[in-house]
Amino acid sequence: MTNSWTDIKNADLVVIMGGNAAEAHPCGFKWVTEAKATRGAKLVVVDPRFTRSAAVADYYAPIRQGTDIAFLNGVMNYLIQNDKIQWDYVKAFTNASFVVKEGFTYQDGLFTGYDEQKRDYNRSTWDYEMGPDGYAVVDETLQNPRCVWNLLKQHVSVYTPELVERITGTPKDKFLKVASMMAECSAPNKTMTSMYALGWTQHSKGSQNIRCMAMIQLMLGNIGVRGGGMNALRGHSNIQGLTDLGLMSNLIPGYLTLPTEREADFNAYMSTRGFKPLRPNQMSYWQNYKKFFVSFQKTMWGPAATAENNFAYDWLPKLDVPAYDVLRAFELMDQGKMNIYFCQGFNPLQAFPNKAKLARALGKLKLLVVMDPLETETARFWENHGIYNEANPASIQTEVIQLPTTCFAEDEGSLVNSGRWLQWHWPGGSPPGEAKTDVFIMSQIHLRLKEMYRKDGGAVPEPIVNLTWNYKDPNEPTAEELAKEMNGSVLTDVLDPNDPTKKVLEAGKQLASFGLLRDDGSTAAGCWIYTGCFTEAGNMMARRDNSDPGDTGAYSKWSFSWPANRRIIYNRASCNLDGQPWDDTRKLIWWDGAKWTGFDVPDIAPTAKPRDVGPFIMNPEGVSRLFTRGMMRDGPFPVHYEPFESPVANLIAPKVRGNPVARVFKDDFAQFADTGSKEFPYAATSYRLTEHFHYWTKTNHVNSVLQPEFFVEISPELAKEKGIANAGWVRVWSKRGSVIAKAYVTKRIRPLMVDGKATHIVGIPIHWGFVGAAKKGFPANVLTPFVGDANIETPEYKAFLVNIEPTTGPVA
Amino acid sequence: MNMELSRRQFLGTAGAGVAGTTLGALGFGGVEEAYASTIKPFRLVNTTEARNTCTYCSVACGIIIYSKGSLAKGEKADITHIEGDTDHPTNRGTLCPKGAALISYVKSEQRLKYPMIRRAGSDKFERVSWNEALDKIAKAMKADRDQNLVQKNKDGVTVNRWTTTGFLAASATTNETAMCTYKVVRSTGMVVFDNQARV
Ligand code: SF4
Repeated sequence: MTNSWTDIKNADLVVIMGGNAAEAHPCGFKWVTEAKATRGAKLVVVDPRFTRSAAVADYYAPIRQGTDIAFLNGVMNYLIQNDKIQWDYVKAFTNASFVVKEGFTYQDGLFTGYDEQKRDYNRSTWDYEMGPDGYAVVDETLQNPRCVWNLLKQHVSVYTPELVERITGTPKDKFLKVASMMAECSAPNKTMTSMYALGWTQHSKGSQNIRCMAMIQLMLGNIGVRGGGMNALRGHSNIQGLTDLGLMSNLIPGYLTLPTEREADFNAYMSTRGFKPLRPNQMSYWQNYKKFFVSFQKTMWGPAATAENNFAYDWLPKLDVPAYDVLRAFELMDQGKMNIYFCQGFNPLQAFPNKAKLARALGKLKLLVVMDPLETETARFWENHGIYNEANPASIQTEVIQLPTTCFAEDEGSLVNSGRWLQWHWPGGSPPGEAKTDVFIMSQIHLRLKEMYRKDGGAVPEPIVNLTWNYKDPNEPTAEELAKEMNGSVLTDVLDPNDPTKKVLEAGKQLASFGLLRDDGSTAAGCWIYTGCFTEAGNMMARRDNSDPGDTGAYSKWSFSWPANRRIIYNRASCNLDGQPWDDTRKLIWWDGAKWTGFDVPDIAPTAKPRDVGPFIMNPEGVSRLFTRGMMRDGPFPVHYEPFESPVANLIAPKVRGNPVARVFKDDFAQFADTGSKEFPYAATSYRLTEHFHYWTKTNHVNSVLQPEFFVEISPELAKEKGIANAGWVRVWSKRGSVIAKAYVTKRIRPLMVDGKATHIVGIPIHWGFVGAAKKGFPANVLTPFVGDANIETPEYKAFLVNIEPTTGPVA
Repeated sequence: MNMELSRRQFLGTAGAGVAGTTLGALGFGGVEEAYASTIKPFRLVNTTEARNTCTYCSVACGIIIYSKGSLAKGEKADITHIEGDTDHPTNRGTLCPKGAALISYVKSEQRLKYPMIRRAGSDKFERVSWNEALDKIAKAMKADRDQNLVQKNKDGVTVNRWTTTGFLAASATTNETAMCTYKVVRSTGMVVFDNQARV
């Protein structure tokens, strides 16, 4: 989230698209209710199903899954055609005026530089024209036909309301109603918030779904303001934290990136991370990259990371592919190229697509280690459960070690909520049996490896034997010790260059902010964006003062929010060019003539004069981007692409199948249903129910009882066509597998008219498996395709093809 | 923990703000006063309170865990009840059907209690000691790393990349656990490393 749950009360229009907050984030959704009750805010829901959010919406529009970009590009076109743009914001705070290089074009669904063989683009033309002064060329009059604004205008012009209806199945009048409600928020005193979740991310073009709405929010002037923003509701309780801390193939904590093998040495690595400002005076905050990076390396390797060895640059692995994400991991496993796999609180056999492939891959490992508070299907993938998990244990050679861990109620530490608040929690109970913390397990593994490498040597022992491990009890560091390490501290005194008798920083002290980090090795910080969370003043994450001066919804003294305890990021943009709030009733920060001040921590240098420095300080442009240059693999502007399995060909580019640059492994392509397939004629989607949390609550009696049995949802029209009775048994199958479920025939799902043809939708809730307190049932991933988003590899769970027929019940 | 202080502060600040609205009907108003003045003193006599947050979704509702026995005093603590934290700015004491049933997670029959091993070709899990399990894991890792760590690529660039062992990190563990996990995993050169952000 750019904003927070409590900030939603400040919105005038709430758009839920790509999510179902009333069902999936119920207590956060209360803030929508609050906005409706106190401000008269309106709620709009756009979804293939008439969801629980839709049930309390002021306006609902149906949409075929996987066509959000066509819809949202249509909204952009509407805003431009009807001049519903917050012009002062767009001109000053976006790159609308930047001139794009000659040579960049778009045609038939593809941008310049496409290579069909590689399924990739050469993105060299996707950039700004650079002037002789070394800065990007801009045309503030927006007359230049090659400025971003004019290219965008042309790009979205094909998405007319008529075309939107043909692609998305959203009736034209409903589309226009939603577009006009959004358009009202172009007024500086009206804000719209976007609430989305996996309904947008789980597509082969998920990143571009989100980008579309971000562009709309910029055109309406709704980023950085109270009641506005792009609010990813996020899923699991600390998935934000795990991502912040870089537990991904290609990340280093704080959104730094691991080197690739093209960056043979530290200089080469830094040369692409200089982030020189693209316009005069801009902060381009990533210019401090080296400070963050060196401070991270010092956290890892302390005194062994020196200026002489480039702060142990070579001890970090270098990547040969963009990322070893989970899909690639299972592909490698299936090819027999992996030996050991750890699952820490993760049940991939249920959570990733194409269960048959996942089970086959796990069976090729030598060792699977599962660390979890609960039983999972993954740990028992080798066990035979008939139709729910056919397996022959004798033929599976994988050794499985299952380690019991503590759960939230038994451990201490911080989690990051959707609004970036790091909230500390305390344990309430003793762990069951011999369960141990994950910290204990990881420490034990490390200490054993360290000991063996010290004693016996082995391949490159240095990064392991030199890993800093200065904890009071090395067997199990405390949460406080680790939190202090994340925050960072001063390693050696830093003296005032003007007066060497004075210390600017004193060795041993916790750092108060990331502004103090240094690139010479005198500071350490495990995760620079968290610096400030545990300072000399104590544990800021444990703060529980719930006062809210000004009634802004910021709650600045409750816990700690990254970065720098800022509650709304880009908040400089809540003020006009002169630093005064766009809307006096929604003041957040402002320029008082000498400095920035207000209710939130300003997202700009405190004394940066309003007209000098742009509000988007992380970008070298100083402004936000309507055109993303070469930063996304599938284009600087969003394009409508059909899902890989689609009932229809792409109307704007019939030759393009799916997202043209999404990575697809060969065997998986063979397992996709053809476009418009007669064999698999129905468009399916998956989702969860309010009583359930993914596959976890399956082990929990109360929640299992509340929604006990696997079912699929279909419309009365489809039921009639196929002779399916409500609560009757059906078989649903895709090109990858087959499930048996009860049918729930409901008007919540209606067929959509797509380009003149009725398209039926099949809804598949997720929860069931073969272990737990719940009745046995099938997980949705038996059916779903093994392909991810082109930029971040989130699997395409929301749009795929199936067939359905009545059947008899399962033979147990 | 400064929970006592914060509860009073909450009543002092929010109480006034809530009084004038119609929000009582929607779940926020009044609830906290009623709670603080009636139930809490009763519970405090018998149980220990701990402030925590819901483990499920990232709304991260504040909860209070009540237990018999006090961890702070070094006793064994048995959780008897979990409810919404009325001090919490986001949920103000409310919980959804998942949060309201959190104790059913803590006490689930599927909670794992002992390290177990399933041997190659076997059809069952067997108990194993922590030491045996951890030794086995560490030895297997070292053997695999020593054999398969790619030290240099074909152009002679030092890459120190380990791709035959992989790690999927959790989504509900603490930041502190994540920091510890990151250090241990990355120091081995492992790159097949991911979390649940994608699903
Ligand atoms: S109680 Fe419900 S809404 Fe609150 S954090 Fe838990 S799952 Fe999310």
